[in-house]
Amino acid sequence: MSQGRAEKLKKLPRAILPRGAFRQGPTALILLLPSLVVVFGIILYPLLRTLYTSLFDVNSVFPGNYPFVGLGNYLEALERTAFWAAILRTAYFTLSTTLLEVVLGILLGLLLNVEFRGRWLLRSIVILPWALPTVVNGAMWRWILNPEYGALNALLTQLHIIPEYRSWLGTPWMALNMVVVADVWKMTPLAAFFILAALQTIPRDLYEAAWVDGAGRLRSFFSITLPLLTPTIVIILVLRTMEAFKVFDIIYVMTRGGPADGTQTIAYYTYVEAFSNQLFGYGAALAYVIALFILFFAIIYMRLLRRGEVEY
Amino acid sequence: MSIDAKSEGRRRLSRREFLELGAAGTSLLLLAGCGGEQGGGSGTLNALFMKQAAYSETDVKNMTEQFQKQNPGIKVNLTFVAYEALHDKIVAAAPAGTYDTILVDVIWPAEFASKKMIVDITDRFPESERSKIFAGGLKTTEYDSRYYGVPWILDTKYFFYNKKMLGEAGVNPPDTWDAAVEAARTLKSKGVVEYPLMWSWTQAEALICDYATLLGAYGGQFFDGSGKPAFNTGGGLQALEFMRMTLDEKLSNPASMESIEDEVRRIISQGEAAMALNWTYMFALANDPNESQVAGQIDIAHTPKGPAGAPGVNGSMGMAIANGSQNQDAAWKYIQFMTSQKIQNQYAKLSLPIWKSSYNQEQVVQALPEVVPVAKEQLNDMILRPVVTQYNSVSHTLQVQIQQALTGDKSPKQALDDAAKAVAETQQS
Repeated sequence: MSQGRAEKLKKLPRAILPRGAFRQGPTALILLLPSLVVVFGIILYPLLRTLYTSLFDVNSVFPGNYPFVGLGNYLEALERTAFWAAILRTAYFTLSTTLLEVVLGILLGLLLNVEFRGRWLLRSIVILPWALPTVVNGAMWRWILNPEYGALNALLTQLHIIPEYRSWLGTPWMALNMVVVADVWKMTPLAAFFILAALQTIPRDLYEAAWVDGAGRLRSFFSITLPLLTPTIVIILVLRTMEAFKVFDIIYVMTRGGPADGTQTIAYYTYVEAFSNQLFGYGAALAYVIALFILFFAIIYMRLLRRGEVEY
Repeated sequence: MSIDAKSEGRRRLSRREFLELGAAGTSLLLLAGCGGEQGGGSGTLNALFMKQAAYSETDVKNMTEQFQKQNPGIKVNLTFVAYEALHDKIVAAAPAGTYDTILVDVIWPAEFASKKMIVDITDRFPESERSKIFAGGLKTTEYDSRYYGVPWILDTKYFFYNKKMLGEAGVNPPDTWDAAVEAARTLKSKGVVEYPLMWSWTQAEALICDYATLLGAYGGQFFDGSGKPAFNTGGGLQALEFMRMTLDEKLSNPASMESIEDEVRRIISQGEAAMALNWTYMFALANDPNESQVAGQIDIAHTPKGPAGAPGVNGSMGMAIANGSQNQDAAWKYIQFMTSQKIQNQYAKLSLPIWKSSYNQEQVVQALPEVVPVAKEQLNDMILRPVVTQYNSVSHTLQVQIQQALTGDKSPKQALDDAAKAVAETQQS
């Protein structure tokens, strides 16, 4: 901060605040203390502590003397094929879930915006998957996909789409895609409700004007709806990307990273290294790598939010 | 390159510096981490158990109630987690000293003891007691010639078959793996059951248990005398080739690839498979009409023979005192009670006692008349999974590579060679 700006700031409160405001400083500090403790205690301290741990070869849960390795844990990660394989899988999971959720979310949002009988019912039903805890969702899909008595096998064989019961979580590629399906099923409603909210802010006169000008429904959608939805879509994209990138719980419940590590995402890999193999230094470094990726998305998100205002 | 290779010139992190960073949080960790106290032999205990196989939750609760009646000064809180979550729960809870007694699998003492997470109880556990226990069970809690707990669940994977199905196909219960495959082919061709064999081959420890059984039967070794990986040659390789062959011939249920032991039990109990490996507990449950559609049809036997023998995998578990326990005397009382011959005999139905003499006692034989004669022999013929401090990492590598061979991504030879290479690298670092 430049000197001049700092001084300007110093003067600013006196101009705005009533006299005596500055004497309230200590009170304000006391009032803020609890939230400061919370912020430092559960956000900043763990962040710094993880960074610190990531620089040491910590191989036990207990405090003790561990050798300093500098960036060794980070370099180790970059050298391991398992790390890159996990990153690739995470990228695939993130891209496919986010895209599917946005496309399906737009379609669903448009449907929920149309007036029809029983719309309130559909609106409440649609939100259900999102309201379900992830662990429950994962367990439910495990049952649906069960090779012996799963509902999906029953449905598909009875419709003669597949000739016999098959295994859905037994091969790496198929299992990864099934986890994508489970995640899309759960998170699409969120996207749909974002879209629905945005749709309701688009004034009707725009469509009427377009109609008068001879535009059809498709033309209206692409020339009015979609451009006006863009800021919302971008926000969904960024939010979901951040969420999907750190996916852990649904994997833990559905596949535990298997088969053959085929669903091991970067967050799950981190967990295994840290807690199952007790390589806490390495795990902390991996956690930081994830945090950096998320930070990158978060910066994009903040920038988009700032200029995301739509004017009609 | 390994972490160690880069470690020259590393700075040591002193305890003082360690503490300076964020005093509050660390000192909390430290208080618990610095080890526990004997306590006065009374107070509240927190005990960690697992949900599946062996003793049921109800059994454990009943045993604990009996204990509390005998020891009015001690209250025990029980926590049950899935086996698959047990290890990580123990690790995560260790610094806080959440649990006084924990359930330790046979593959963990090396890791837990070397990291000082469990208490050395050799002095409380005299030779006179130990000599009454099955040798295979004692291995469960032994590391470096010291004892870190008392065996509690003495178990191995037995061979189970559906005698009605075998009868329909006109085959005898197999006593070799070759005969088991022949029987499976007959069952399949006669249409008795689509997939005669069922396994727990999901990416989990359960896979290594089945693999170890077969590796032993084919005369393989996990590591050779000098500690180098040896599972990629001889019996270790043949075992994996055998597994792959049963999938290729569609004798093994493809659902095996995503199943743990409890799913094996369900498939057998639904009459959708004729043969499987599983722990003792399946015998009672698969023959219980409330739990099974094939009650009365499931028989238990020694594992089939391979060219080198018929060992069962040692799947025993022991009770240990967590290092952070503030109440170690009371914890020891509880462990003594839970592992006592009296209690174990009383609850023998789902898990047989660790005590040798129990197997000749009426109460135990009556609980499982079909199992005890088989158990007496199989429990003396067990194979251990490797005793190494980085067991989880070794096991994980093997699970992934074995699954790659089973899904057809790699040949068994290639998969095990890759696993051996990765394990050797882990050992160096």
